Amino acid sequence: MQISVAWLRSYINPAISTEELVEQLTMAGLEIGSVEPAAAQFSGVVVGEVVAMQQHPDADRLRVCQVAVGAAEPLQIVCGASNVRVGLKIPAALCGAVLPGDFKIKKSKLRGEESFGMLCSEKELGLAADAHGLMELADDAPVGVDIRDYLSLDDVIIEVDLTPNRADCLCVEGLAREVAVLNKMDWSTTQVNNAPISHQDVLTVSVADTAACPRYLGRLINGVNAKAVTPLWMQERLRRSGLRSLGPLVDVTNYVLIELGQPLHVFDAQKLSGGITVRRAKADESLTLLNNQVIQLDTEALVIADDQQALALAGIMGGSNTAVNDETQLVFLECAFFAPEAIAGKARRFGLHTDSSHRFERGVDATLQTRAIERATQLIIDIAGGSVGPITEVTTDATLPQRPAVFLRRLRIEKTLGIVLADEQILDIFQRLGMTAQTQADGWHIVPPGFRFDIVIEADLIEEIARVYGYNNLPSSSLLMRSELSRATEAVLDIDRVKDLLVDRGYQEAITYSFVDEEIQKAIAPEMEVIRLKNPISSELAVMRTTLWCGLLKAALYNTNRQQNRVRLFETGLRFFKKDGETQQQKMLAGLVLGGAYSEQWGLQARKVDFFDIKADLQALFVLTGCEVQFLSAQQSALHPGQAAEILSSDGDSIGWLGMLHPTLEKQLGFDTPVFLFEMDQNLVLNKRIPVFKSLSKYPSVRRDLALIVKEDVAVQAIISCIKGSAETALQDVIVFDIYRGKGVDEGSKSVALSLIMQDDTQTLTDSEIDAIVGRLLTLLTEQMNAKLRD
Amino acid sequence: MSATLEEILAQALQELATVNDLNQLDKVRVHYLGKKGLFTLQMKELGGLDPEQRRSVGQIINQAKDQFQQQLEACKERLETVALATRLAGERIDVTLPGRGQSVAGLHPVTTTLRRISKIFASVGFKVVDGPEIEDDYHNFEALNIPAHHPARAMHDTFYFDAHTVLRTHTSPVQIRVMESEQPPLKVIAPGRVYRCDSDITHTPMFHQVEGFLVDTDVSFADLKGVVYEFLRAFFEKDIQVRFRPSYFPFTEPSAEVDIECVMCNGEGCRVCSQTGWLEVMGCGMIHPEVFKAVNIDSERYSGFAFGMGVERLAMLRYGINDLRLFFENDLKFLEQFN
Ligand SMILES: [Zn+2]
Repeated sequence: MQISVAWLRSYINPAISTEELVEQLTMAGLEIGSVEPAAAQFSGVVVGEVVAMQQHPDADRLRVCQVAVGAAEPLQIVCGASNVRVGLKIPAALCGAVLPGDFKIKKSKLRGEESFGMLCSEKELGLAADAHGLMELADDAPVGVDIRDYLSLDDVIIEVDLTPNRADCLCVEGLAREVAVLNKMDWSTTQVNNAPISHQDVLTVSVADTAACPRYLGRLINGVNAKAVTPLWMQERLRRSGLRSLGPLVDVTNYVLIELGQPLHVFDAQKLSGGITVRRAKADESLTLLNNQVIQLDTEALVIADDQQALALAGIMGGSNTAVNDETQLVFLECAFFAPEAIAGKARRFGLHTDSSHRFERGVDATLQTRAIERATQLIIDIAGGSVGPITEVTTDATLPQRPAVFLRRLRIEKTLGIVLADEQILDIFQRLGMTAQTQADGWHIVPPGFRFDIVIEADLIEEIARVYGYNNLPSSSLLMRSELSRATEAVLDIDRVKDLLVDRGYQEAITYSFVDEEIQKAIAPEMEVIRLKNPISSELAVMRTTLWCGLLKAALYNTNRQQNRVRLFETGLRFFKKDGETQQQKMLAGLVLGGAYSEQWGLQARKVDFFDIKADLQALFVLTGCEVQFLSAQQSALHPGQAAEILSSDGDSIGWLGMLHPTLEKQLGFDTPVFLFEMDQNLVLNKRIPVFKSLSKYPSVRRDLALIVKEDVAVQAIISCIKGSAETALQDVIVFDIYRGKGVDEGSKSVALSLIMQDDTQTLTDSEIDAIVGRLLTLLTEQMNAKLRD
Repeated sequence: MSATLEEILAQALQELATVNDLNQLDKVRVHYLGKKGLFTLQMKELGGLDPEQRRSVGQIINQAKDQFQQQLEACKERLETVALATRLAGERIDVTLPGRGQSVAGLHPVTTTLRRISKIFASVGFKVVDGPEIEDDYHNFEALNIPAHHPARAMHDTFYFDAHTVLRTHTSPVQIRVMESEQPPLKVIAPGRVYRCDSDITHTPMFHQVEGFLVDTDVSFADLKGVVYEFLRAFFEKDIQVRFRPSYFPFTEPSAEVDIECVMCNGEGCRVCSQTGWLEVMGCGMIHPEVFKAVNIDSERYSGFAFGMGVERLAMLRYGINDLRLFFENDLKFLEQFN
């Protein structure tokens, strides 16, 4: 909400600067979002009166005016505005005046006629975005007075960003009350006199839904002049609250809304048929709103209706059929209290958010309606005339919001705030907040006022004490809570350690969106059932990722499109998918590598990264966990069929995948170099083996090298597993040191050169024992792998 | 000394004088002192002499041999010195050339910031916990005292999957999940991704928050203030000005926004702090009795506080990053600045 500080100060005027006032409100929880001057800078403009006027001899559209500006003689000013006329009071910029935009006014000649200034529109003074003709001042405007003083333009506009609990401050009087509390000052509300009743015409009012509408007031005012001009002071206050003048009837309802916080509505009573009913809409009703939006109502919607049809969406917006206009003479003025629960969420259903719905949703003072309708009546007859009928009121006491007393325990204040306050101090705070307190032995029964919807439990009262006392005046203690020793879980590797390892091996950490483009998602993981957002921000961020590869590929492309030819990325985070209808959220670790194996450098043969570079990175990672894993050839739709490995734990669980992006996808996504990817289940990766000590052998180890001929399709991992799976206790390690194809090896076969490392715990192995071990292993390999020793 | 011996010695010394590498030297050594060396043969010939003569001639041979050996050692030393100097000169490298091998990369600045936050809280016994990102309406809203149609829901632009399932809009649901399954005392921080259906210069549809909470007997607002003060000073590594402003969150009461003195202008007023000198960095408050009720914790016996902060915001302030969107573009030129 935005309001004029001058208006606020007309209620309560503490001897503090605007900066201090802003600070004070902000620190009381009424955050001031912005502070702006009420008008642009300009000078040298006074109230002028056109005392004589002649047609310009050489220009049809220009008039030569004599303008009284408070000096001995009137000034001659040439003017082209259509509404200029004798007797009109207008802002007159004198020679030497500087208008907004640093526009300097000088003596000039227009088609031969001298002009000693300029008559101004609202637009020229920076008071409106556009204007039709000169700004018309009131007839009683004092000639010669500086326009800034006359319109109180040296004012500031503050924007108050209120939290939803403080609806009581959504009006000038509410803010004035708060300023009074903070400055310990007295103040009084606007004096409202009941308008004299001059006719007895009424509309019947019936409330069908008394829970939604506990109070409804209405009255007829006839003979109003809807063409009357809203006084400048009111227009200015409305303008400073961001509201345009829309004629006196609407202006008055807006003014009372800002002044007292009570939304009101005016119907053109001549367009009504029969009486007024507050009811739920019928299933087939529709309504054209003031903004010309046509809405289809349902039985959830609360409407104001006449005998024929729905007229307005209660508490939210009026309808266009019964709206007032320039011709309106008979008005029905409505002022109601709608329950917050009846309005909450209703405006949003129709894509609406109005000043009225904003207030009713949060809570309007249910005791305010009589005062507000009288205030509005008074302003309407002051501005637009008319004769006033009696108020018709339908109030259901049982459904009005109750303000039961809330008990506040003295000890609870100390327990929550960590401070002991004197009883007088506490009572003073509540009294200033308009709450009544009844003292008991161990605390107080506090009754909140009607405008406070947020005081329901003890904690609400403690918050009020803290707020008024000042959060920054409350004590601050150092943390003396009891602490438990944290558990140092060793069987799970810290993900931070894994990230550090990848970083140390040249991987940059990326963070990509959890929602991705469905097309990329489908291309990479066509077999997965995706989870789709109902209201995505764009089609590129529409489905939840089933693999972190979607985001990493996009990030890699972003970089290759920016002359990066070497990309190494990793990311951790959840992937999301449906399994048997259930949503799964699985923590993953994924990476992407493309380009050179090493950054460009001297003394190293430049080469592209390959499968085994990345496998080495992953193996290093598994060294951290001490867990044996296997990389087995397997098929994955996103990966090259010949360069894809599934990573299996020693228990046979699938930990994840490593491989080259399928060349078809590589091309489809727009890469021009092979891309390698890995993705693993974090929980399985982080399983850590707690080491178990094994005594060291005092005897020497021996090494025997073998070259085995096997068929091409025999995986080296299978040979190693076969050897390691043997029962040879002396066997310590197997090292693959060469793979050979070519001369001496048949086509379709390969030679695998291995070292066997053997050592016994109890003795030095003899040559014959070693030969026996190697012999047994060879037999095993021949049986299981069809391997032969190479000659 | 016999003529032969003299000749041998003279010849040996002369040969030594012409030697200019260690290989040659070794050949000379073998020629004279080896198993079949000339001096060795001389010694062998002693066998034919009588004992008297054997001793005197032996002595003479030994003297000649010693003389040769001394020269040999001197020569060896000289040659070794030369050889070492040659090797050192030959092995000289340009130590200013860059080192070889794999480069080292870095963590994302959000991770670095999260780690610092976690470390600070872990040092006083807070446990790090995470939770699901696809969350149900109950944990994201209802249990946090945000019923349907509550105006506070409008402040969360929520991504929906269906009427009851959302992408979590804050990390506060982790508070509920922990309190549902564990009993006080509790000291927990919950970092993670959160989502709001909002995207412009100052909003990304995904960002990171850290939720923290502490529940125990006799926890007061003063304890909350103390923890927040100490955290912010530890995070920014300076004795920064901090202020608490009353605010509103449905799940805490009293609630506060925490402002720090602008770290860009030291509170003087600048573009970053909209000339106020203050920057909003977190929301906090005492856990609302309704929240305790939802998780069956007795709010008469226990009290607690909770706080939440935006990680990107803290990272931006800490490192002077001026555009939120950079965090998720993953431009290497951006990321590498934080290595
Ligand atoms: Zn600043």
